[in-house]
Amino acid sequence: MSAPATFFAASSRWLPWLWSLAIIMLLIGSVWGLAFAPADYQQGNSFRIIYVHVPAAILAQSCFMLLAACAVIFLVWKIKLADMVATAAAPIGALMTALALFSGSVWGIPTWGTWWIWDARLTSMLIQLFLYLGVIVLRGAFASRDSGSRAASILALVGMVNIPIIKYSVDWWSTLHQPATFTLSEAPPMPASMWIPLLLMVMGFYAFFTALVLMRTRVEVLRRESAKQWVRLLLNIVPERASSVHAASVQAKDERH
Amino acid sequence: MRREPLIPLAESNAASTGSLGAAMAATLTRDLRQALRRRSELINPLAFFALVITLFPLGISPDKALLATLAPGLVWVAALLATLLSLDGLFRQDFDDGSLEQLLLTPQPLPLLVLAKVVGHWLLTGLPLALMAPLLGVMLGLPSAAFGVLMASLALGSMSLSLIGAIGAALTVGLRRGGVLLSLIILPLYIPVLIFGAGAVQSAVAGLPSLPHLAILGAMLALALLLAPLAIAAGLRLSVNG
Repeated sequence: MSAPATFFAASSRWLPWLWSLAIIMLLIGSVWGLAFAPADYQQGNSFRIIYVHVPAAILAQSCFMLLAACAVIFLVWKIKLADMVATAAAPIGALMTALALFSGSVWGIPTWGTWWIWDARLTSMLIQLFLYLGVIVLRGAFASRDSGSRAASILALVGMVNIPIIKYSVDWWSTLHQPATFTLSEAPPMPASMWIPLLLMVMGFYAFFTALVLMRTRVEVLRRESAKQWVRLLLNIVPERASSVHAASVQAKDERH
Repeated sequence: MRREPLIPLAESNAASTGSLGAAMAATLTRDLRQALRRRSELINPLAFFALVITLFPLGISPDKALLATLAPGLVWVAALLATLLSLDGLFRQDFDDGSLEQLLLTPQPLPLLVLAKVVGHWLLTGLPLALMAPLLGVMLGLPSAAFGVLMASLALGSMSLSLIGAIGAALTVGLRRGGVLLSLIILPLYIPVLIFGAGAVQSAVAGLPSLPHLAILGAMLALALLLAPLAIAAGLRLSVNG
């Protein structure tokens, strides 16, 4: 599985399923949440931002954990595919963080009466955005791709220290921000017609994110392996001297790996 | 400028036979001795610290009451930036003249040798900044009751700042324009230290116990002492080999 060629073949089978799952869940979740879920008794209709804000915030944190996991796999087992996934996922994670910050500040106007509050959760989300930017920029700063990959991996692991601070910041510095909506131990304090669409949206975001990362990883695989025989065969760039027999034998060898 | 060999000849025997303490002491004394030969560079962070503090009353207001409420945060932010400024030079010269490669080749574990270098950096920047802070506190109208906590929080916190910052310095030492990148990757990681460092001084000003803040600063330092040397060593390996 860790061989790029095998991943490329397998992911092309997964993608249609992931995309249809993502589109179905996002459609049902957003129509249900925006049009049919009851309005909040305090916040009215403005609470519906939750259907974008919470999934984006959860994804932003999950993506950083993915980066850290990829970093460990890449640094310890030297599996290049993990680094390709990290390269593909980092910009999407940064985008999710920005989306969570933006939707949060839009939500702040009707509830808190201001765009921005120096609340612990908001602030640590902003820090996380800077961490994402640091990882992305550091990767690009190195002339050799391998050095950039290792530097970004180390930084992602160091930045992972920040994740528990984000997670528990709400409890540490009790602030204006409400605590986490979903916990494993108890039912959410809202009616089912409110949280089921939210759960659908969260799962839809995950499916969407996975599909997007897979697609970007495939592009990254093609870019890095562009000199390899299986990519050239796939893209019909057969070198002049290679006969079809030779190409077929190489492909068989690639598949054995 | 005369540069010293990494481990002086007299001590090289002890170092090569594996005495870790001797190798760490040799690394530390070499760094300190070289820094003392470039005294003008030693003053840079301190001058920067004083200058930035001078800018605030000019930019905000000379009103004593206002400055006194801002003082804990101002002093801490200025000290943090002064540390950041000094970090770019932490491994730069050793990288340029090849002593860093020698450090990587020594038989002793690299994380501990790197720790000695970071302690040297703290002795030359963090500690002087902490000692100088009350002077700037007076200029900002900080109540004198808070001076002890200010110094203690800066001394504790700046060691964490040196350790965390050295990770960034190690990762960017091989890059030609590492300085700007260094601040982008390091400043976000500095924020928790800043929060509790300034918090300790603020609670001292308000007459509240500041020990909990100092304890958390100490906990962060313990964590940084444990983990940062590993990351610094990994960063140096990558910068030298890459």
